[in-house]
Amino acid sequence: MMELFEMMLTTSLWAAVIRIATPLIFATLGELICERAGVLNLGIEGIMTIGAMAGWLWVYQGGDLWGGIVFAAIVGMIFGFIHSMLVVYLGLSQHVSGIGITLLASSISYYAYTLLIPFSTTPPKIVPFSAFEVPILSSIPVLGQALFHQSALTYLSYILVIITFFVLYKMPIGLTIRMAGENPVANEAQGINVLLIRTGAVMVGSALMAIGGAFLTMSAFDAFYFGMINGRGWICIALVIFASWRPGKAFLGAILFALFEALQVRAQLIGADVIPYQIFSMMPYFLSILAMMLVARKAAYPKALLIPFRQGDRI
Amino acid sequence: MKKLQFSEICKSFGSVVANDNISLSLGEGEILSLLGENGAGKTTLMNILFGHYVSDNGFIEVGGQKLTPGSTKASLDAGIGMVHQHFTLADNLTVLENIILGTEPLTRLWSQKKQAYKKLQELSKRFGLVINPDARVADLTVGEKQRVEIIKALYRDASILILDEPTAVLTPQESEQLFKVLKEMVKAGLSIMFISHKLNEILEISDRIIVLRHGKVVGEVATKNASKESLAEMMVGRKVTRPAYKKLKKGKAVVELNDVCLKANEGSTSLNNIHLKIHEKEIIGLAGVAGNGQAGLASILQGLASPSSGDFRLFGESLNKYNPTFLTKSGVARIPEDRSKEGVIGEMEIWENFLGEELRTKSKSGFFIDKKQAVSNAEKLIQEYDIRCEGPFASTRLLSGGNIQKLILARSLSNNPRFIIANKPARGLDEGAISFVQQQIVNAKSKGAGVLLISEDLDEIFELSDRIAVIFGGRIQGPFDSNKVNKNQVGLMMSGEMKSDSIYEN
Amino acid sequence: MRIKTRRNTPVWLIAVLPLLSIGVAFIIGAFFILWAGESPIRAYLALIKGSLGSTFAITESLSRATPLIFTGLAAAVAFRAKFWNIGAEGQLYCGAMAATLIGTGMIDLPAPIMIPMLFIAGAIAGCLILLVPVVLKTHMKVDEVVTTLLLNFVILLFVNMLLEGPWKDPMAMGWPQAARIIDNGVLPTIVAKSRLHLGIIVALLMSILMWAILRFTVWGYEIRAVGHNQQASTFYGISINKSVLMVALFSGGLAGMAGVSEVAGLKGYLTLTLSPGFGYTGIAVAMLAQLHPIGVIISAIFLAAIYVGADAMSRTIDIPNYIADILVAISLLSVLVGAMLTRYRIVWGK
Repeated sequence: MMELFEMMLTTSLWAAVIRIATPLIFATLGELICERAGVLNLGIEGIMTIGAMAGWLWVYQGGDLWGGIVFAAIVGMIFGFIHSMLVVYLGLSQHVSGIGITLLASSISYYAYTLLIPFSTTPPKIVPFSAFEVPILSSIPVLGQALFHQSALTYLSYILVIITFFVLYKMPIGLTIRMAGENPVANEAQGINVLLIRTGAVMVGSALMAIGGAFLTMSAFDAFYFGMINGRGWICIALVIFASWRPGKAFLGAILFALFEALQVRAQLIGADVIPYQIFSMMPYFLSILAMMLVARKAAYPKALLIPFRQGDRI
Repeated sequence: MKKLQFSEICKSFGSVVANDNISLSLGEGEILSLLGENGAGKTTLMNILFGHYVSDNGFIEVGGQKLTPGSTKASLDAGIGMVHQHFTLADNLTVLENIILGTEPLTRLWSQKKQAYKKLQELSKRFGLVINPDARVADLTVGEKQRVEIIKALYRDASILILDEPTAVLTPQESEQLFKVLKEMVKAGLSIMFISHKLNEILEISDRIIVLRHGKVVGEVATKNASKESLAEMMVGRKVTRPAYKKLKKGKAVVELNDVCLKANEGSTSLNNIHLKIHEKEIIGLAGVAGNGQAGLASILQGLASPSSGDFRLFGESLNKYNPTFLTKSGVARIPEDRSKEGVIGEMEIWENFLGEELRTKSKSGFFIDKKQAVSNAEKLIQEYDIRCEGPFASTRLLSGGNIQKLILARSLSNNPRFIIANKPARGLDEGAISFVQQQIVNAKSKGAGVLLISEDLDEIFELSDRIAVIFGGRIQGPFDSNKVNKNQVGLMMSGEMKSDSIYEN
Repeated sequence: MRIKTRRNTPVWLIAVLPLLSIGVAFIIGAFFILWAGESPIRAYLALIKGSLGSTFAITESLSRATPLIFTGLAAAVAFRAKFWNIGAEGQLYCGAMAATLIGTGMIDLPAPIMIPMLFIAGAIAGCLILLVPVVLKTHMKVDEVVTTLLLNFVILLFVNMLLEGPWKDPMAMGWPQAARIIDNGVLPTIVAKSRLHLGIIVALLMSILMWAILRFTVWGYEIRAVGHNQQASTFYGISINKSVLMVALFSGGLAGMAGVSEVAGLKGYLTLTLSPGFGYTGIAVAMLAQLHPIGVIISAIFLAAIYVGADAMSRTIDIPNYIADILVAISLLSVLVGAMLTRYRIVWGK
């Protein structure tokens, strides 16, 4: 027990927590924006995969790191656009379309990767984002080094939490996005194009998911592996529910989740002789299910989530 | 001067002509009533006005300026505001958020809520429309929600206000209050278009009346020259026949609720100590503003929920565990509130929906569906109740609202029920269908059934009921003999402002 | 843009729709082949030859279709009731584990008893694991999409643990795989010199059984009713929770049987590579079949042929076999669009 407590106070643990949390923050925010506008995006797992692949590929082909991030975001947006066409404009099942997007995006990622890097036993590497210290803030004991000695993408994720909050709650466009998820008819009555708002939200959200994926290949690791997203997308969907669709809570949820994940990895090293490591590896998934169990009963789903909107339906 | 002018508006959908050459105008400071039954083309006309549809022909002018067709924004910017019958509000957002939605440019970086507060307060003061801007819409009463809708229009500086069936959800007193506000607005220079099919109100509030039927303007009269009878005939195109009320000697009790309570579910009102006795050969009308416990009471009587305490006796026997199948089998006819979402499954075929409630009881050994029998039964009832459809194998979603209601009536009344629970059975139907539905209920009563008629339409309640009960805040007052109370008293009880002590109680 | 209900849909259109969708997939897929610098025509010819060009190729396609029929049915019956079981992959492995548990020596009975027992055990295992999401949904309102998806990962880790630990076959030269199913439990091949085994017969029987249940019984009515409209179903006196439970039992059971069929039929032993995503492909199979149990047979064979053909193609032409996944994903999305267009029309203008 003491050991655990001491571990909680080490910078390296918290640095790992932030590293694990960063892709989750991006993708959870992305899913949150989609769902706030009334669209469930089960394409998340595939969009993260293709984001990871695209960003990495850009750099591997000689592009610069930020160019890779932009490229990943654009690719994510394209899949978000396809999803919107199907579920927003045509009103198809958001569940099935989302699964279809995941299948499509991940198979394209694997296809492209195999095509471009045919015979390699060890995946080729790139030079990833390097960590840098934020002056002053990084000198806070324990947490300073953990929070503010990270890669630029991590700082971007912090900023995005704040931006998402301000957009949703302080800007007129945010109000229309929330309304699109609560009662789209009200938007239409005020002359706002619901379909456009939803499409925009899904595209922006998908871009964030893709950046979350790209973080894995361009910052956390330096190569693309098959199956590297490994359910992170689905976990983010659980996190959105756990966060009751609020950006601040989504951030905290991701950190909390990452803390357990980091502890789990450390416990694996300690306890490997007694307990098979797979048991520890299951923990994140159980944790996500548990998180949903905690909040599910009183979860305030956006009222128009999953419900297609058809122009001129009522009024 | 003409504020708003519709000129030769035509709109058809496939072979259905919804608006046929409609021309009408609204003057400055005028209250114009647009009268027409459901399906007369009022809604289509408003959809054209707000750019949800583009008319095939004709144009609209506001203050002499032609309105861009197909643009909601253009209509709003021209100063037209609309209070929808189905409120366009989001329950989870605050009043203020609902009001400022769409009033600021979407590119603005910061919502200016402070100014919005100020403007809201000015408006509230000016027209006497009090509302708490920070309240969640979900916590408001129906009347307050309507107030928010009105303020929403005023907030956009509307000079023309259109109200679609605004009194359908209000008590008589609230309606009076609304009329006062409307008159205040007209004095302040607004023009108002009042859409309704309730003749009394139209005669009370408007300066001029335009009648729509089958998509055409069929009459225009100054209110002072109009009478209820002539308007009714103009609206329907023939004499309106409603089933004649006939008092019968009431029989044994079919339903007894003693001290029944029901805990609230999300979004519903709980029921507190309900006492109600319904006899054979009588219709009890249950009046009340929507959301006061009608849904809970209906769900108990339809077998969708059991009381959390108290005694529910059906045909003299106390029930504790029961379900819809049991009730149907015992002789209860259930007419649901939302006919197309709850009453039928649109994606299934008509014969399957006829089977619906009796799925288990009418199947071979309770497991194999007896399609032959079900189809022939459906064919018979389609004939008998004159349901317009392409036969028992047609998809139910293709039926009109009136025909869906006929299907539901046929399904439940053909078994000679002893108790009928009818939740807003005539809402949203045209006159022909309304009289059909009401006639069926009256017929069932004379055949010996007891009926609980839940309705928001006081006219309907007073026309059909032997006794009238009022529900407010999950409690029931009455029932009272229908000739011993008047609409005013019922209205006061609907808003909880009058206790039944002053009235003779049965 | 406005979406209008069609009054009637020609039956031929519904029948041709899956073919059209696969056609669309092949057209879009051609661009990916061009990207690889190959001729799409040559590639597709190689694909067709590899999947249908010889008796062996055909039996390969059919044996690949076997698990897809099971998982396709699992998705079809669940989606009919709008119960989003995306966990067929995990349930498949549960079925495979059950078959391994009792089929590797725990009991040894004559084949006519042993084989049905394996299938029943697999089905029960698939059901049991799906009970977790079901109970969480009906009792705690936890969304089943995420729980079934996440359980896939848990189950795979569990299989991994068994294969590296207690179930590791010492005879397998260090490979993480379980012991072989005993001879009496192995599904016999039904075409000589091929890998096509009894599993496909079981799969076909299950298709017919599911079709009959959906069409002729009260259960089928309830499943369809709940899928279309829960509110009205409740009004009709159908218990949503009971229906969801029933659907889940069918769905999980069918997916579990897929695992049995692979372990006892094709592979002979449990490994981590038992299923290359049969559970997920089952969703595409079900959607292409428009959730019709008999249609599932045809669409499973179609998609299996694409996979088998793509494998063969990638051996002769330099195109990654992931092209098959791309084709399947595109046909899934295009059949969705197509199915909608058979019921609705898009009208431009207001």
